[in-house]
Amino acid sequence: MGTDTAIGIERVSRHYLMGQTAIRAVDDVSLTVPKGEFLALLGSSGSGKSTLLNLIAGLDRPTSGAIVVGGRNLAELSSLVLARYRRETVGMVFQSFNLLPRMTLEENVELPLRLAEVERTERAARVRQALEHVRLTKRGGHRPSELSGGEQQRTAIARALVNQPRILLADEPTGNLDSATGEAILTLLREIQTNLGMTIVMVTHERNLAEKFADRLATMGDGKLLSAQATAGYRAEVTR
Amino acid sequence: MKLRDMTELAVRNLREAVLRNSLTTLGVAVGVASLVAMLSLGVGLQQLATSRLSKSGLFDSIFVTPKVMRGPGGGPPATRAAAPAARPLDDAARKELTRLPNVTEVYPQIRFFTEVRFDGKPFATMVAGLPESSRQSGAFDGMQGSFFSSDHADEAVLQSEFAKDLNPQTVSLIGKELIVRYAERQALPASADGSGSKDGGFSVVPREKRLKIVGVVDTEPASGFGGFGSGRLLIPLTVAETLRAAQVNDLRDVLRDGSGDKPAYSSLTVRVKTPSLVEATETKVKDMGFGAFSLLDASKSLRIFFSVFDLLLGIFGSLALAVATLGIINTLVMAILERRREIGVLKALGAADRDVKELFFVEAGVMGLAGGVFGVFFGWLIGAALTFGTNVYLKRQDLPGVRIAAVPWWLVAGAIGFSVLVSLAAGLYPASRAAKLNPVEALRYE
Repeated sequence: MGTDTAIGIERVSRHYLMGQTAIRAVDDVSLTVPKGEFLALLGSSGSGKSTLLNLIAGLDRPTSGAIVVGGRNLAELSSLVLARYRRETVGMVFQSFNLLPRMTLEENVELPLRLAEVERTERAARVRQALEHVRLTKRGGHRPSELSGGEQQRTAIARALVNQPRILLADEPTGNLDSATGEAILTLLREIQTNLGMTIVMVTHERNLAEKFADRLATMGDGKLLSAQATAGYRAEVTR
Repeated sequence: MKLRDMTELAVRNLREAVLRNSLTTLGVAVGVASLVAMLSLGVGLQQLATSRLSKSGLFDSIFVTPKVMRGPGGGPPATRAAAPAARPLDDAARKELTRLPNVTEVYPQIRFFTEVRFDGKPFATMVAGLPESSRQSGAFDGMQGSFFSSDHADEAVLQSEFAKDLNPQTVSLIGKELIVRYAERQALPASADGSGSKDGGFSVVPREKRLKIVGVVDTEPASGFGGFGSGRLLIPLTVAETLRAAQVNDLRDVLRDGSGDKPAYSSLTVRVKTPSLVEATETKVKDMGFGAFSLLDASKSLRIFFSVFDLLLGIFGSLALAVATLGIINTLVMAILERRREIGVLKALGAADRDVKELFFVEAGVMGLAGGVFGVFFGWLIGAALTFGTNVYLKRQDLPGVRIAAVPWWLVAGAIGFSVLVSLAAGLYPASRAAKLNPVEALRYE
């Protein structure tokens, strides 16, 4: 894997046993994601795209194969080191936002900093900075239930960014949003990717949005990688 | 995660389900309260018994006798043959015993027959000398009148039965005078040189002594081992010694060494600072060549009894805490079910299994701490209520008040510590279950 590679997926499989039946959620997938790329993982429901994202996130372990990030094979890391990887190297955004309802936006965004044992004095500045990225500084004291879906997702993005990870993983980030808001969120993601030089892997089933915002589309079906092809490109789209 | 952050999160989580967690904490508090109330009762009763017994002088006293003789009425057994050579129990020995470390008092037992004259009528009775330490023996608590004004005062305290013989209205006796007629022991000229020659002896001369009645006591004071139970007219020991009254054992002294003017004591009572010092001091006394006897074993038995008593009370008290422990387990297991998704989010954000485990652990610990603090307070209240109720009852019976429940600092700290420890143990299973949750499944949970 070259130094320009952010994520190297080498013949990765993830099989489950459901009763007596073996489910091949991810089946012998190889894929390389270069640094700074915005990759969209497309596919229908049950195609294995979310499972692959969970494997990249270090939330799950492959049955076979290797996922190499920063020169380390995630499959070989201890659970403690894998937790540190999730804390420091990747940030995650979910379809249903997954903000903790009893915490304010600031507290939600601060949570990864607490887990990373960042000093209290430094936390406030980092939280403010993350909220600035998503343009939510004025709503920091609100609870998630007081915000719109788009604002909640922007908060979740701020939370994913606060530990300054190199990779942002998004699982259907627009799935719970109307199309205009969804587009606004992807614009924001694209902006962050450009400004901070992050690598983004986004799972979606909305091909239109993927084609508009991602650099490359990887399509999955039945656990296999069917195709991986570059889009016309975001920049091209913008200039057109 | 740092402990401060962890605790903040834990308290926040506990506040979320405030009713359920408060009830669980209350359960712990009730458990701790029952434990504290039981143990405070055990400790209080032990303190009461120990203080009463140590005041009585039974357990901090050593009864010393000359080794060659046996005590009156067959008394304490002679000591082992291997012990040092026998020596007389005289003034020199008394001084030597006084100088022993930790010895607070050495006094002889002085008892003699007397004829008391009161209102012109004679009454035969037994006089006993009381050492100054008897004042604290507890036997004189609630007496009519007062204890002797000093160790040299020509005053008498009457045992109530004897006082009733003098006048059924015993209160009216206080302040009045009586005359004690007794036999003074006077040395014969032949042995006046104090050489202790075998042919020495003494004469007995009748004397009288005026004493002022200062008090009447209900119970027979048992001051020290071999106490003055049979003494019905009590006078200060120093006064009793100056009377040089002939005693029962004087005749035997004549036969033994004839020390007419230098009477040997039939026995001396040596008192030490605390009952725990009795054993060592008793050995020293034996090494000096005297016979020694103490009631140490009885005090040991008392300690053993209270240890077992406290243990049983502790076990019964702990039962409620054991039930409360199940409450903690139940609450935390419920919390895991409810917060499954949150656990998944925490793990996705980088929480290690250990962080999740510690979070639940701290939540259990916080409930244990809060339950422990409230429980100690409730337990103290129960103890105070028991003491109050007992004292109301005792007051109605015209008895002095007592403190039957005591919550010493070690019990406070121990109970809170125990509560936290038990709660942490209760949190073990839920915490490890939460830590083992698969984050992917947890995130999928609705």
